Amino acid sequence: MSNDHSGRIRMMQGNEACAEGALVAGCRFFAGYPITPSTEVAEHLSVKFPKIGGRFIQMEDEIAAMGAIIGASLTGMKSLTATSGPGFSLKQENIGYACMAEVPCVIINVMRGGPSTGMPTLPAQMDVQQARWGTHGDHGIIVLSASSAQESYEQTIRAFNLAEKYMTPVILLLDEIVGHTTEKVIIPDESKIEIVNRRKPAEKPKDYLPYRETEDCIPTLAPFGTGYRYNVTGLCHNETGFPTNDNKIIGKLVHRLVKKIVMHADDIIEVKKTMLDDAEIGIFAYGSVSRSARSAVLKCREMGIKAGLLEPKVLWPFPKKEVLAMARKVKAIIVPELNMGQMAREVELASRCAVPVHKLGRVDGNPIDPREIVDMIKGVV
Amino acid sequence: MMERYEIRLSGSGGQGLILAGKILAEAAAIYEGRNAVQTQSYGPEARGGASKAEVVISDGEIDYPKALELDLLLSLTQESCRKYSGDLKKGGILIIDSGLVKDLPKGEFKVYSLPITEIATEKVGKAVVTNIVALGILTRIAGVISEESVKKAILARVPKGTEELNMKAFDEGFRAGNELLS
Repeated sequence: MSNDHSGRIRMMQGNEACAEGALVAGCRFFAGYPITPSTEVAEHLSVKFPKIGGRFIQMEDEIAAMGAIIGASLTGMKSLTATSGPGFSLKQENIGYACMAEVPCVIINVMRGGPSTGMPTLPAQMDVQQARWGTHGDHGIIVLSASSAQESYEQTIRAFNLAEKYMTPVILLLDEIVGHTTEKVIIPDESKIEIVNRRKPAEKPKDYLPYRETEDCIPTLAPFGTGYRYNVTGLCHNETGFPTNDNKIIGKLVHRLVKKIVMHADDIIEVKKTMLDDAEIGIFAYGSVSRSARSAVLKCREMGIKAGLLEPKVLWPFPKKEVLAMARKVKAIIVPELNMGQMAREVELASRCAVPVHKLGRVDGNPIDPREIVDMIKGVV
Repeated sequence: MMERYEIRLSGSGGQGLILAGKILAEAAAIYEGRNAVQTQSYGPEARGGASKAEVVISDGEIDYPKALELDLLLSLTQESCRKYSGDLKKGGILIIDSGLVKDLPKGEFKVYSLPITEIATEKVGKAVVTNIVALGILTRIAGVISEESVKKAILARVPKGTEELNMKAFDEGFRAGNELLS
């Protein structure tokens, strides 16, 4: 989409771009509790939704907001909530419920620093592992990342598409810099944007099984109120949706919840490569830090150092193959991130010790300056 | 072609500097077709504290969105001037509110001292437009974005019914900047 320059140009901050992306994706329900630095997502939708028949609810807290979007989604509505660190922690139990009941919904987390209320107005990327493992129990999940207002727009649309396609909660992670940076967004013609809608049951209500075994491992949940009756629960359940203690069925269910994402990883995973073909130093960076990294790569190239950048646009499932391919070509990998090395650990695992992985972590609320990355690259070379 | 022009607007929370930053970025990006990125940094409090908005303007792609070496710094409070002037580059521009910034930082940059808040309260009649007065001054002194583009961007952003007031604020600022330069 970003190559299409025929669209309208608007100046927007990342948070507003998320709201605009949600509207285009067909989202018509938002429940949330305002929290810096994500508030503008809610603010923008609270203005837009009433004009187009959408529903905006400011809930009593983040837990209730997560519950509300699950409920709304079960009626067939594309639903969204937006939050930041402490609110994201509160949502975890219900995110697990959405994983278990396979209810599509989108959670935008504009990351601040933590733990606890931490740094409300300062950037961090400390929730990248929480997004994967914040809720208890084994499950698959999809987590996207954005590094600009343009990507915030596009990734929000993709988050809804993936949620509906794979019947799963999808988390979009921004950081404060991306959420609050105002810059150009090219809005393509709506006819050129791919929108995925939820699969509808082919069978009649009397033959319907919501969690029927299928080859693609994806259930077909009919919207409530359309004549299809089934049970929704956080307990392990059988094909009807009712709880079961049958070990065989439980084993199959949990396997399927994980496999559903793993088997479609190639369709989900997306990376962007910059000057990686002949690179001797590979950088792995996401969110606002990937912008610092891109500046650093260009600076290094000017100095005759062959640096390249791998930017995961999907953090989970983790792009193992892409990281391993980079590890086999470069002499060292550098992972700058606004935490103490949460994704660097994944890079280390995926690169299978082929090359040294250097961490460049920052947790003081400052962004990572491109010059810091250049200095580290010079040190490694 | 301009590589990167970096502006930082600093003061205390509530002075409208983030809005001023957005207006500048929109003036450059929408009305002049260049690339512009605006970022902000503020404390957890709603008012007070040191706050800043940054605008990077370039004819090329802007990767890193924050300022690295400032071409221009506007400071509307003593605290923000002390805190944020360290990144001004050699030969850069420092614009200060002469009524509020008494201690000037040392460095090889040009200082333009004007009673910005006083112009807003005395000549325009409302302290709330201090940010727009500052935009007028900055537009004239920096000379990187045209007067016309900034005015269009202001009109697109300010609430209905306040257009005249804001235009007056901009013009008063622009005139003050002009007098200082001539």
